[in-house]
Amino acid sequence: MFDSPSIIAGLEIGTSKVCAVVGEENESGALTIIGLGQAPSRGVRKGEIVDFELAAEDIRTAVAEAEQMADVEIRRVYLGVTGSHLRGLNNRGYHPVASVDREITADDVQDVMRNAKAVSLPPDHSVVHTVRQHFLVDGQGGIQNPVGMLGARVEVDVHVIHGVRNRLQNALRTVKGLQIEVEEVCFNGLASAMAVLNSEHKELGALVIDLGAGATEYVVHANGIVKHSGVIAVGGDHISNDLALGLKVSLGRAEQLKIEHGNAIHDDGVRGQTLTLNSPSGLIEKTINLEHLRRIMAARVEETFELIAQALEKEGFSDCLRAGVFLCGGGAHIPRIKELAGEIFDLPVSLATAGSLSGTTAALDQPEFCTGIGLVKFGSMQARGRTRGGRGFFNLRGALGSWLGRR
Amino acid sequence: MSDSAETNAAGKSPARFTIKVIGVGGAGGNAVEHMASAGLEGLAFAAINTDAQALSQLTVGKKMQLGEKTTRGLGAGGDPDVGRAAAEADAAALKKLCAGADIIFIVTGLGGGTGTGASPVLARTAKETGALVLGLATLPFEFEGARRHQQAQQGLEQLKGAADGVICLPNQKILKFVDERATVEETFRVANELLSHGVRGIARMLTRAGLINVDFADLCAVLRGRHAESACAVAEAAGPHRAREVVEKLTASPLLDAGQALAGAGALLVSIEGGPDMSMADVTHVMDHLNRQCDNVQIKFAAAVDASLAGRLSVTVIASRRHARVDAVAADKLETTFLTPAEAARPAARLVPPPPELTAERAGQLLQQHGGGGRTRPRAGKPQQAQLPLEIISKGRFDKSEPTLHQGEDLDYPTYSRRGMALN
Ligand SMILES: Nc1nc2c(ncn2[C@@H]2O[C@H](COP(=O)(O)OP(=O)(O)O)[C@@H](O)[C@H]2O)c(=O)[nH]1
Ligand SMILES: Nc1ncnc2c1ncn2[C@@H]1O[C@H](COP(=O)(O)OP(=O)(O)O)[C@@H](O)[C@H]1O
Ligand SMILES: [Mg+2]
Ligand SMILES: [Mg+2]
Repeated sequence: MFDSPSIIAGLEIGTSKVCAVVGEENESGALTIIGLGQAPSRGVRKGEIVDFELAAEDIRTAVAEAEQMADVEIRRVYLGVTGSHLRGLNNRGYHPVASVDREITADDVQDVMRNAKAVSLPPDHSVVHTVRQHFLVDGQGGIQNPVGMLGARVEVDVHVIHGVRNRLQNALRTVKGLQIEVEEVCFNGLASAMAVLNSEHKELGALVIDLGAGATEYVVHANGIVKHSGVIAVGGDHISNDLALGLKVSLGRAEQLKIEHGNAIHDDGVRGQTLTLNSPSGLIEKTINLEHLRRIMAARVEETFELIAQALEKEGFSDCLRAGVFLCGGGAHIPRIKELAGEIFDLPVSLATAGSLSGTTAALDQPEFCTGIGLVKFGSMQARGRTRGGRGFFNLRGALGSWLGRR
Repeated sequence: MSDSAETNAAGKSPARFTIKVIGVGGAGGNAVEHMASAGLEGLAFAAINTDAQALSQLTVGKKMQLGEKTTRGLGAGGDPDVGRAAAEADAAALKKLCAGADIIFIVTGLGGGTGTGASPVLARTAKETGALVLGLATLPFEFEGARRHQQAQQGLEQLKGAADGVICLPNQKILKFVDERATVEETFRVANELLSHGVRGIARMLTRAGLINVDFADLCAVLRGRHAESACAVAEAAGPHRAREVVEKLTASPLLDAGQALAGAGALLVSIEGGPDMSMADVTHVMDHLNRQCDNVQIKFAAAVDASLAGRLSVTVIASRRHARVDAVAADKLETTFLTPAEAARPAARLVPPPPELTAERAGQLLQQHGGGGRTRPRAGKPQQAQLPLEIISKGRFDKSEPTLHQGEDLDYPTYSRRGMALN
């Protein structure tokens, strides 16, 4: 079977798992998830590929599984990217209105967008996204479409996400090596937010935090637009590593202890409690102090949230997040993580799922699949923008063309 | 090299050699402890350290605290000058420790204070007693940082200058033997195991009356004066394909750089041991293959039968690097006028200048500084030996990845340790 234009696939090459998601869009534009495949990820650290062969193998496994479930062949994917090198920044483009009658035309809009995209980046960086926020006409903001309005000066605010070209290309090259086309790339955090938030949340203001194994991504929406984004290359692997070092157990053991006995909050309830680890032969191997486990873990999770809270405070977003905080990624499974986030952000907190899509059965409605499902949603929006010939929500084409190396 | 060792070798039957294994510093002590508990027979073990706490945890027969009066048993604080001063202060006791041995193995982890500073002093002292002195040294993991590396390299040069030969085990290579999820402790255990194999292999090679023997002179010819550290690997295999398997293991061993150490070897010593069932075909297979791996190098080899090895084959390889290039580099760093033809012909190790003498004043100063001087060392909250010093373990699985820096702070280090949370 061939993948018709109505089949959209997303691929997240995560640190703990590679995840491929297939969606199908019907004539009325409704999106249904029809396939999901995943494989434990062995070639990725902190969100970036470090072992190309292993990563390629894992991608192949995940894609094959998704193909089988969806009964389609995946030729093209929307590829998620993350990593500490990604940066988000806001930029404003200016443009004087050219026509004599001062009526703003589509050309003016194009020009001002081009100016907004001309951000001065480090020479080794490329733009991943230029997300339009709003237009301003003679200083008056909040305008969605200025064409036809009268004014002397049109401006546009954009959110630009950029990263190191070579590091972005690592993921691209690996996927292409498997004869899979990369339709477009998308920052994982944006994809997750797309899966998790509805338009009301975006309007009211929401912070989405994706707690992955190798990296934590966050994105702020408010007044319907992307306000801020970031990546901290810290995740569940760091929790396990801290536990391994602090409790003197192997990393495998630490991961297991984290899942079975972890908690986001340390309280006095566990004082003096211990866990006994048994070796496969049944002999007592080691005694673990549960209080230490909880303190080590809580310190790491707390710190991760605090770093995000600090970043948001600096940008002055604390007051405009009326829909609150949404947690997704595997880290959303951590017991009492909601409570901890509530304390640190002082906002209502929800454990996110991608339930806003039809076809997300309970099995798929897990926080770690938000990125993959969001990539499909992103793909559907981009495709729609293209076929309508209009401007998509994201203005990617121009920016990406140069290093995406296609068409 | 001194003639004394060779005289020793000639004058005694191998079985009556006295071999002492002395661990220096924390790592050395742990390695020797491991060997002693692994039951390496016929060897006398000793441990020396400036760190009384670390010594107290060892059960080896002979323990000696260095610089006791001056460092107050608190260790060298990672400063090789302190380790060296402490050893020099106790030179007489060290000499007594070495007395009566024909071969002395100095086992140490280079990079810290005691092992790095005291080992060359011990080697010199041991040489003065007339023993053949072999160093077995680990080099720091890459993640331990530039300072430790530099210290280790300096220590290695000094040790090579003082000992008859040095066999190096870069910790980084040990990572290839362990699961990536292994803790640092587990990794060190493997290091200790490998050091143990090396000591056992060499000791047996020298002491066993075999079919074909190697002696001191042979070992020295491989190790000595080459100004290049040697590598040592031991492999064992059993069953019908043991000869092939043992060769495969050796040529795949990270310790021999997956066979590259053979290809680039300047000299090679091979010791083959097997049970009474060891055949000529076994020996020929191993030697043929090793021969093919290295170009144009004379291989010394020994073979011995040991009833306890029935069905198995155990091969020890010591390869010293070809060093033309290394020599040139080392010579470069010296005054060129020093290189008269006569000088150049001498073993390269002799071109390494001895470490500058510590003046009595400076030694006293150093010891003061780290010991009695009234300044309390910030040791109180520091983990003791069983847990390795934090600076070593701290990043675990993230050792090799790009650090996650946030406003100058490396977030890869555990939050609890950066926040100074005590776990007890
Ligand atoms: N094999 C082994 N190596 C170690 C151990 N502890 C530390 N090391 C290594 O040895 C180096 C020196 O450490 P240490 O012996 O504690 O320093 P010293 O006491 O001042 O000599 C470190 O940089 C590590 O690379 C150990 O228990 N076993
Ligand atoms: N119950 C749990 N408690 C703590 N951590 C969990 C739990 N379940 C999953 N995780 C952690 O979530 C991480 C995986 O999340 P995921 O979003 O799939 O990561 P990635 O996208 O980076 O591959 C792992 O570090 C895993 O240990
Ligand atoms: Mg993820
Ligand atoms: Mg020590």
